[in-house]
Amino acid sequence: MKIKKNIAVSENGFIFNPSSGESFSANPSGLEILNLLRQGHDKESILNHMGENYQTDSQTLERDLTDFIETARQYHLFEHEDE
Amino acid sequence: MKTNKPHLTIAVTGLNAIDSPGPGVAVIRGLLEAESFSCRIIGLSYESLEPGIYMRDLVSKTYSIPYPSAGMDALLERLQHIHQQEKPDLIIPNFDSELYSFIKLAPRLKKMGIHTFLPTLAQFEERHKVNLPAFGEKYGLSVPRSKAVYTANETMSLDREYGWPLVVKGKYYDAALAYNHEQVKAHFNRISAKWGLPIIIQEFVHGTEYNVTGLGDGEGGVVAAVPMRKQYITDKGKAWGGISIDDKKALALNAQFVRETKWRGPYELELMKDKSGNYFLLEINPRIPAWIYLAVGVGQNIPEALARLAMGWPTDPFTHYEVGKMFVRYSWDMIVDLAAFEQISTKGEL
Repeated sequence: MKIKKNIAVSENGFIFNPSSGESFSANPSGLEILNLLRQGHDKESILNHMGENYQTDSQTLERDLTDFIETARQYHLFEHEDE
Repeated sequence: MKTNKPHLTIAVTGLNAIDSPGPGVAVIRGLLEAESFSCRIIGLSYESLEPGIYMRDLVSKTYSIPYPSAGMDALLERLQHIHQQEKPDLIIPNFDSELYSFIKLAPRLKKMGIHTFLPTLAQFEERHKVNLPAFGEKYGLSVPRSKAVYTANETMSLDREYGWPLVVKGKYYDAALAYNHEQVKAHFNRISAKWGLPIIIQEFVHGTEYNVTGLGDGEGGVVAAVPMRKQYITDKGKAWGGISIDDKKALALNAQFVRETKWRGPYELELMKDKSGNYFLLEINPRIPAWIYLAVGVGQNIPEALARLAMGWPTDPFTHYEVGKMFVRYSWDMIVDLAAFEQISTKGEL
């Protein structure tokens, strides 16, 4: 689960896929997750990081992270998963 | 101030910068921004209200020319007159429908000193929408299934073969989706009334549309290629905004197209990428597209390279372009004196 190297992510959370021309916006927590994924963190490590920084229960956190990752997968942001 | 750059007089068609725009004005912008030559632009128009006629900062002089339906002799006669007045070094035709005449006239124009850089007649005919299935098979390119039909009744069984919706296409322009036989008939009648027969019925490929504009050197080499994704599409299916992309598969397909066909001149490939990432070639437009200024803006001045090739000057292939640059089209109201409209309408010159 690695974000493609060529995906551009601005500090405002604007995401551009140069292969497809698609662009998306992530909110601040989404941007944080994206940056952690780009740094090579796995799901477990991201859950721990988010749990330390956000006041929410672990079940909600895991559900939201799974949703986010699935959405990113559908948008072909991960390596070797679109073609 | 005197420069050492060569100076060219270039005649350009497609000045109809309207909601379904011709490429002329964008081509002219590229030519005027050429670094390797300076130029004076002569506009060639079909209608008195083509906006490019009145863009006097871009177009020095415009001459009306006869519609392709008037025949090649009428066109040649008019071009001879324009040649006497302006001595153009080259002509860049920008409409599919006029290309046949210009390709046929190219040797005679050359004798007059007017250069062109156009596809060969065989290339032009072969890539025609009507011939697309055979074209795909010959060059190993995936194309949607399609059939050219001359009566609406011939379309009746195609839905069983292709499924719904069907794409109903004119031989030069226009396309519409049909979800039942009534819609097929309505589109057939509307499009054939405007563009003639045959009508092409094409299988609809679900996916995302991409376009590539490029320039072939006629020997299998790609001189320029820029892929674009449309971001904003008008109700006529035209791009009102788009972004340059780095799509390796689209570029590989483009290179295959140019290498296999030895394409000569500018072109636009219309591609559809399905959910599995497979590309289908929907159409080959044998000319510069209206969004060509995006290619100029990202570092590939295709109109300039085209002019150089036409003049027989050495032209290095472009090797890169900026990814993630957008174009956003806009409309602009010009104020025009009635006298100008009168002059182009009555004298055919402005």
